[in-house]
Amino acid sequence: MKIAIPIEENKEAVCVSFGRAPYFLIHDTDTKTSEIKVNPAAEAEGGAGLKAAQFVVDAGADALITVRCGQNAADVFMAAGVKIYKALSTYANENLKAMAEGKLDELTSFHAGFHGKS
Amino acid sequence: MTVAVLSGKGGTGKTFVSVNLAAVAKDAVYLDCDVEEPNGRLFLKPEQVTSSPVTVPLPAFDGEKCTGCRKCVEFCRFNALVFVKNRPMVFPEVCHSCGGCALVCPVHAVTETPRLVGTVEEGLSGGVRVVTGILNPGEVSAVPVIKNVLQKVAQDSGLAIVDCPPGSGCSVMESVSRADYCLLVAEPTAFGLHNFKMVHRLVRLLHKPCGVVINKASGEYSPLEQFCAETNTPVLLRIPYSTELAARTAAGEVAVRRDAAIAGTFRGLLNEIRKEACDEKTADSER
Repeated sequence: MKIAIPIEENKEAVCVSFGRAPYFLIHDTDTKTSEIKVNPAAEAEGGAGLKAAQFVVDAGADALITVRCGQNAADVFMAAGVKIYKALSTYANENLKAMAEGKLDELTSFHAGFHGKS
Repeated sequence: MTVAVLSGKGGTGKTFVSVNLAAVAKDAVYLDCDVEEPNGRLFLKPEQVTSSPVTVPLPAFDGEKCTGCRKCVEFCRFNALVFVKNRPMVFPEVCHSCGGCALVCPVHAVTETPRLVGTVEEGLSGGVRVVTGILNPGEVSAVPVIKNVLQKVAQDSGLAIVDCPPGSGCSVMESVSRADYCLLVAEPTAFGLHNFKMVHRLVRLLHKPCGVVINKASGEYSPLEQFCAETNTPVLLRIPYSTELAARTAAGEVAVRRDAAIAGTFRGLLNEIRKEACDEKTADSER
């Protein structure tokens, strides 16, 4: 399965923002390979969460590990059958390990969106 | 003549000035464009109120016709459409009702359905026609309701007073779009001046002639007066803070209908505005 994680400029730490993260790490658990892709929604004027969700769905992800997620993006993931997990640690690779060990919980509360208010 | 009343900062007295100007003019239209919190009606108490719905078009997709070509999703600049499981999915509150998705769909699978976003009420208060825009709670954009309110002014009608929302964003720009003159209500405080400068810049950018009313003007706040002098912005009126006036307002009264002195003040303001707007027109035609 493929797991997506929003990551920071340093390409290692999980980015707190989902929609405006500079990069996404896409990890394939079957081939045990990771790819880092530029988030096309990072600079979007509006609807960044939706655009980022589109990117993650198009990347073929089955799961997302994130600190937080807006309601709109969550609706996209629900429709697309992508499961959302709550990040436990600062670094992406630690979260992937925790996920493999079944230690991550599903994210169940979503915010209404920050819409420029950060 | 259409006069827009704006301030940047909230609570400076936009509604107080708008309501009293309209009431003193008698034969006027009062348009409440502060659609998130329209409260001019609390003072003017319009009668024979009729209301009409405000809707915006929202795309609906025909699943039978849609081929999943994704053209609509790629076209949407607002990211209101997301492509999931081979079909577009619409997010109503993100959609700006531009109609682009229907235009680019090669198989005509998009139809536009009306979505209710607010209401416009019309009624009478003395000789004042009161038009109130009301945005439904939770809606993101006030612009469609404001557009609808402004459409209620006939082209060549007499005096129209537009009570604008606070701030200096899209909804304020829309509210002043038809104004011949902008009246800036300023509060003599540092916060008031900061936001006053923002709306001042906005109306100058839009090439609207403007004048200032300093409300709650007790004692001189020199930075505000200085700014007005430096930018050649005329101060048309200074309303000193008065507990009596505040009490009348808090009781929901229209001050000019109860107090002859304040009625005289507002009549004077209206004359000043007419003179300023007229001078501006002459200056414009001479340019």
